[in-house]
Amino acid sequence: MTPMYLHVEGIGLWSPRLADFAALRALLAGDTPAVPTAPTAVLLPANERRRAPESVRLAVEVAGQALAMSGRDPATLACVFASGHGDQAITDAICTTLARAPAELSPTRFHHSVHNAPAGYWTIATGCRAPSSAVCAGAYTFGAALLEAAAQAQAEQRPVLLVYSDMAGRGPLLEMTGCGRSFGCSLLLAPGASATPLAQLRLEASADHAASTPPPATLADEADGQPAGAALALLASLAGCGRRCRLALATALDLLIDMEPAA
Amino acid sequence: MTTPMTPLAISACTVTSALGRGLAAQHGALLHGGSGLRPNDFGSAPRLGWIGRVDGVEAIALPATLADWDCRNNRLAWLGLQQDGFLDRVHAARARHGARRVALLLGTSTASIGATEEAYRRLDADGRFPADLRRPALHAPDSLSAFAAAALGLDGPCLTVSTACSSSAKVFASAARLLALGLADAAVVGGVDSLCDNVLFGFNALELISPSACRPFDAARDGISIGEAAGFALLERVEAAPRAPRLLGYGEASDAWHMSSPHPDGHGAELALDAALARAGLDAARVDYVNLHGTASRQNDAMEAALVARRFPATTRASSTKGFTGHTLGAAGIVEATIALQAIEHGCVPGNLGAATPDPDCGPQFAWQGESRRVDVALSNSFGFGGNNACLVFGRAP
Repeated sequence: MTPMYLHVEGIGLWSPRLADFAALRALLAGDTPAVPTAPTAVLLPANERRRAPESVRLAVEVAGQALAMSGRDPATLACVFASGHGDQAITDAICTTLARAPAELSPTRFHHSVHNAPAGYWTIATGCRAPSSAVCAGAYTFGAALLEAAAQAQAEQRPVLLVYSDMAGRGPLLEMTGCGRSFGCSLLLAPGASATPLAQLRLEASADHAASTPPPATLADEADGQPAGAALALLASLAGCGRRCRLALATALDLLIDMEPAA
Repeated sequence: MTTPMTPLAISACTVTSALGRGLAAQHGALLHGGSGLRPNDFGSAPRLGWIGRVDGVEAIALPATLADWDCRNNRLAWLGLQQDGFLDRVHAARARHGARRVALLLGTSTASIGATEEAYRRLDADGRFPADLRRPALHAPDSLSAFAAAALGLDGPCLTVSTACSSSAKVFASAARLLALGLADAAVVGGVDSLCDNVLFGFNALELISPSACRPFDAARDGISIGEAAGFALLERVEAAPRAPRLLGYGEASDAWHMSSPHPDGHGAELALDAALARAGLDAARVDYVNLHGTASRQNDAMEAALVARRFPATTRASSTKGFTGHTLGAAGIVEATIALQAIEHGCVPGNLGAATPDPDCGPQFAWQGESRRVDVALSNSFGFGGNNACLVFGRAP
């Protein structure tokens, strides 16, 4: 394959101790960033923000951060929303209701349960009529979603907003997902010339499979028990820790990423 | 601006739904007007509308090496993979291209959540999942693709698309991009969704389930009938299968309107149609048949009837086949892709089963009865919750 070259125009991030990408940079530089509030998702209208489940607020928060950095128009911006586990709280609540009194299932909870609920809320809030998607790939979710977004940006020659998020699980399901912490991040990827590049990425699928680049030890909490480790390794590189990243893409394939900071 | 794409060969496909196992069963039912719908006899939701249930899923046994993946959704996937020689075709593609060069892109809306529902019904004394269901890979939204990758022995890029009812249409778009960029040499696409309490009670809570068999585009239509299905297709570059039918275009767009109802003016649906036609390099007048999303919900069918009326000439034929299969949700895209491909192969347009009194807003394009005619270009519409729209264009090999 020919490598794909894409600019990063925006980066979003939220975890229980990191409010945004600047906080990650500060943490990696040895500072202690202020503990953030819950994701605010300011792009959602107030009534939607109240109605939206936590998983949607997390995804919209990080998506909005990357969008703001890029200055792009969201109405025509394609987006790929990825989550390894989906909304675990809603799955837990729905399965609990179905086990006890199925006829009492809430219609709102049901339509919030679709994997594309964050994509739906995002496109509605931003007036986006561009293609939107919602994807997953278990432990490989971030790598596979990055390939999906990058391929769309490259093949269709359009910017694509990639959003990855998983929330803390709860209930009996948590033992299965092993995902007990919330984490979200986003990258706005653009082909060709870019007015506001933060970095340039060279992405190539490798025909082999080796140990993935680990996230820095200081981010072990964020990477705990969810497919976020790959995202954190890449974010740390974007924050200046290393120029090359190997991410697992599938059971026997990796994605090799080289980056050049913007001049 | 959307530019034309290089067509791809659909070198094999298969489908299993309430109409039966394999392409021949589907073609026979479509030809003779036989619906696969029946009064709901599934799970904890008896008497909740009608359903399109696949017979015999309960009796399917997975091979011992795949036993950890056992659940209704994966049994249905396995049943589907056995039909029409599809497994052999995938194995041949794997041998030809290499396991890492064959991508696997599947759509599903609820994957194996039926197994998670069962675990919650049978929590043990400590409130944990019962021991036999403590299988983490089963309680994840990517379980279908992970199972299929193991079952097919594929090691290429692997992704689950889960955009509700457009899921297994959008996988064609993802596959086309990977092949165009040389990230894969072939792609298995498709989708599986199976009956479960979540969707039956969920759509019931939204008051979207018809008490009788669904009636797409009927003036008195009153909701959907939920079905289940498994379908797959193998996409390769045309040189690999020059005589095979082709994917000519795809289009994707969002409504930016509402989480559970379509834009009343069909803006997103029309943008997806425009993009699909632009990639195929075709005018709407060149389309011989449109397989409609046509769920039999009041709002979808009103929006889609208006879209057909304003965009296609009377020579274009259009119908919904949900009256045959029910709405198979995340599998609807692949099921209806195979119906569009069969329209091309057999020269027959399926009738819009279930509409006794056509909605007067439907134009002359509607095929209320089955028709025999040559079909060179066929479209399939798939629209999902969250305003997620996809349109695919298929064509005969020149």
